[in-house]
Amino acid sequence: MSERILIEGNEAVALALKLIDPDVVAAYPITPATEVVQKFSEYVADGEVGTEFVAVESEHSAMSACIGASTAGGRVMTATSSQGLGLMWEMLYIAASLRAPITMAVANRALSGNINIHCDHSDSMGARDAGWIQLFSENTQEIFDNMIQAIRIAEHPDVRLPAMVCYDGFVISHAREVIDSLSKDEVQEFVGQYEPQLSLLDMEAKTVGPLDLQDFYFEHKRSQAEGYVAIPRVIEEVGQEFGQKFGRSYGLVEEYKMEGADVALVALGSTNGTIKDVVDSMQESGKKVGLLKIRSFRPFPADLIKQSLSKVKAVGVFDRSMTFGGWGNPLFNEIRSVMYGGNGQAIPILDRIYGLGGREISMAEIEEYADEVLAVAKGEQAEVIDYIGVR
Amino acid sequence: MASLKELSTKQEGLVGGHRLCAGCGAPVAVRQILLASEYPVVVGSATGCLEVATTIFPYTSWDVPFIHSAFENVAATVAGIEACYRAFKRQGKMEKKVKFIAFGGDGGTYDIGLQSLSGALERGHDLLYVCYDNGAYMNTGIQRSSATPRGAATTTSPAGSAIPGKQQRRKNLTEICAAHGIAYAAQSTAGRWQDLTKKAAKAIEVDGPSFLNVLAPCPRGWRYPTPDLLPICKVAHDTCYWPLYEIEDGKYTINYKPKEKLPIEEFLKPQGRFRHLMAPGNEGIVEQLQADVDAEWDRLLVLAGEKE
Repeated sequence: MSERILIEGNEAVALALKLIDPDVVAAYPITPATEVVQKFSEYVADGEVGTEFVAVESEHSAMSACIGASTAGGRVMTATSSQGLGLMWEMLYIAASLRAPITMAVANRALSGNINIHCDHSDSMGARDAGWIQLFSENTQEIFDNMIQAIRIAEHPDVRLPAMVCYDGFVISHAREVIDSLSKDEVQEFVGQYEPQLSLLDMEAKTVGPLDLQDFYFEHKRSQAEGYVAIPRVIEEVGQEFGQKFGRSYGLVEEYKMEGADVALVALGSTNGTIKDVVDSMQESGKKVGLLKIRSFRPFPADLIKQSLSKVKAVGVFDRSMTFGGWGNPLFNEIRSVMYGGNGQAIPILDRIYGLGGREISMAEIEEYADEVLAVAKGEQAEVIDYIGVR
Repeated sequence: MASLKELSTKQEGLVGGHRLCAGCGAPVAVRQILLASEYPVVVGSATGCLEVATTIFPYTSWDVPFIHSAFENVAATVAGIEACYRAFKRQGKMEKKVKFIAFGGDGGTYDIGLQSLSGALERGHDLLYVCYDNGAYMNTGIQRSSATPRGAATTTSPAGSAIPGKQQRRKNLTEICAAHGIAYAAQSTAGRWQDLTKKAAKAIEVDGPSFLNVLAPCPRGWRYPTPDLLPICKVAHDTCYWPLYEIEDGKYTINYKPKEKLPIEEFLKPQGRFRHLMAPGNEGIVEQLQADVDAEWDRLLVLAGEKE
């Protein structure tokens, strides 16, 4: 039975882990994801899970052990953040290339230097080309629900790829919210038994991770790319099934008050919650601003986004990370690439970098940006790429 | 212990057709270790000569479940497999007793993989880690590692006119591993099948982590004629450059004591990587090398209770 509980974001991840009860968790503590590992260790110590918990000596070993356990045929999960994700970088690509459906919670945190423990999306964005599914969460409920759905998506026979569930460090990881929890039976029934297509422990001779040169590597990468084609369908199917069973449906994106909107704001993560309040108040005063929340950044749901944004006259993107020396930043580049060329409509699209290193963004700042996008929709000029909230 | 005849009838885990060099010690050691196992094994390898020359897609020489993921992490990768095995055992999904072996070269073990190895040893996974030590990064073209002996010429410690080869002594990896308090750590060699298969069988039998450091000469890097693998190993033991010993639950045993301990020059002379040491002016390095060898041999004799 579903139960209303007051819980922190990290605890919600640990609770999801407990209810999923995976075969192996190999993890290393790092702020702000540490509590996931701590809380899960308590479940292990109290015999509440059957999981083999491997308290590794680094994130590199965490992901390496996850890859070993996943290729052994186990259901495998972990959690990390920031520098930890950076240290895993090499292994992230290998996990995806070996089609190891590992599920990982990522508490988004700024990358050093200088060292900063607070939220931005630089860590996940550094891993955006690694071949992992990336689902972003707006709040604690979504983290919990995404963790459970991510298992099904990653392990789906048409997918078999690793998945990250991203959530804003401290903003969500350490904030207490009331969520609807699920029972162990409900979660177990939803995630089902894992049927691996590859298992080193079936003891049949096989070679995983061979040397792959000019004559085959390209074909293997090409066939890996094919694996991403099915993911949007699977994300939607799993999100709908979750909704039918538990009353909360999920898709690749979420349109918020986009009906009749002149302009759209686009963002990832917890800022969407703040933007929703701004959209509410602006619409009340007759300003036609809507929101397109991106849940699935990888794969990037190009068709849905094009369909949604083709209805507006201008778009304002929020980027919580930077591409140094590039033109535009990660989310903006994807959105603009989708909207220009092909059948996309050439509309003004602005990019605003905000919130690096945990800098707060206020409702007033969001509203000011929305007003700017509205003005651009009416033909006024604005900087395409700029900052919000930096001195 | 199985006789050579018995071993010759067992199914090989690493079969022919691989592309390791003639005269390489690594496949000789790996075959002997796999033959020594009484149990089915899952094998992992670090990136290195052994891995790249045995797994060139679409071919493989491994007739066992085998994984390679990266360079510095074979201990953690195999630890993950072993953890999954333990979970499956507990859940009743698996009944068969299986053992786990990780292979890494000295680059992947002494250097870049040391942290991963240390972590796996400390956590107590049931795995045997085998370092096949050829004393340099041979796969990438003979660069120095922390296993390279003092004075050796490599492509990153060349014998120059100002600096004649590697300036530092080797890292004592066997002791580092033993210091983790594991039940079994030993040094062996590709050149003595009885010593190696006996130690491998003991190491595999341990319920927990064990470590073998196996001297695996490299004809390209050491510059010796390919048929001389066994003589090179023999002189390594007869000079006590590579002592054969084991540490069982902290107890030291020296497994081979040369009747006459030969001077280190006997080990250096057949190898091109030390040729410059024979030139006038470099006697000091040879003396230092001899002192390194003597100190380690004396230390082992004392620990084994054979010398006060």
